[in-house]
Amino acid sequence: MAGEVPNLEASKLTALVVDDNFVNQSVHHKLLDRLGIKNDVVSNGQEAVDVHCSGRNYDLILMDMDMPIMNGIQATRRLREMGIESKIAGVTTRAEEEEVKEFMEAGLNDFQEKPLTISKLVSILHNLELYVQT
Amino acid sequence: MLGLGVDRLQADINRLLTSLFHQGVLDEQFLQLQQLQDETSPTFVYDVINIYFDESEKLLRSLRLLLMDREFSDYKKIGLHLNQLVGSSSSIGARRVRNVCVAFRSASELNNRPGCLRGLEIVEHEYHYLKNMMHELFQLEQQRLLAAGVRYPM
Repeated sequence: MAGEVPNLEASKLTALVVDDNFVNQSVHHKLLDRLGIKNDVVSNGQEAVDVHCSGRNYDLILMDMDMPIMNGIQATRRLREMGIESKIAGVTTRAEEEEVKEFMEAGLNDFQEKPLTISKLVSILHNLELYVQT
Repeated sequence: MLGLGVDRLQADINRLLTSLFHQGVLDEQFLQLQQLQDETSPTFVYDVINIYFDESEKLLRSLRLLLMDREFSDYKKIGLHLNQLVGSSSSIGARRVRNVCVAFRSASELNNRPGCLRGLEIVEHEYHYLKNMMHELFQLEQQRLLAAGVRYPM
């Protein structure tokens, strides 16, 4: 694929991957690693809430929509109620207009359809002003 | 001679991948996986594909058990399993598996049991074809690594 992959290690950005699917966890974790973004992985919305309750904080949260125990919409809403101001990007394979609207209204800053790629991730970072292309 | 072995194996790998892309079995997301493989994770593609196989087989077994139950009515559960399969198939570039899972999901949304049974057969067929092709690819890559290793004895 064309184009340089930016190295954002110096920016010390941190991210949280919230996804119940192990394949997606591996791919999203590696995509962030490749961009030099330190990241943690949790398996559902409840774990995302719990990790924030334990005092951790992230610049970016990649939030899947469909997850057991607590889905992405519920988790996003809960995190915003808790006062978490991290940038939250919803990522899902399902992109029905009504579902996306509900997800955005829960408190997302951005939304991308899966599968995630380096360029989609860079686009998320750019849209959320976490990375400025020079 | 050894160099020719490596070159021949690389040509076989390229031919297999070209064929899989041409058939629509794989799409550009598979290239993304290959791009992510580096010196810090030299077996990334192999590892992720194996996670995919493990997860998919659990889901397919569960789908079959659900649909074989004569009292079955939990189409929502079928949908949840298929969401997982669609998501992970997309993430590794398994286009045909992804597409037949989407078709199967449509049948489940209509509570169409015969449609679901047929959908499951098609998904299982496409999945096993993909798995066989991936095993062939990994075998060729392993042979290529071994052949390349022979050129540089320790």
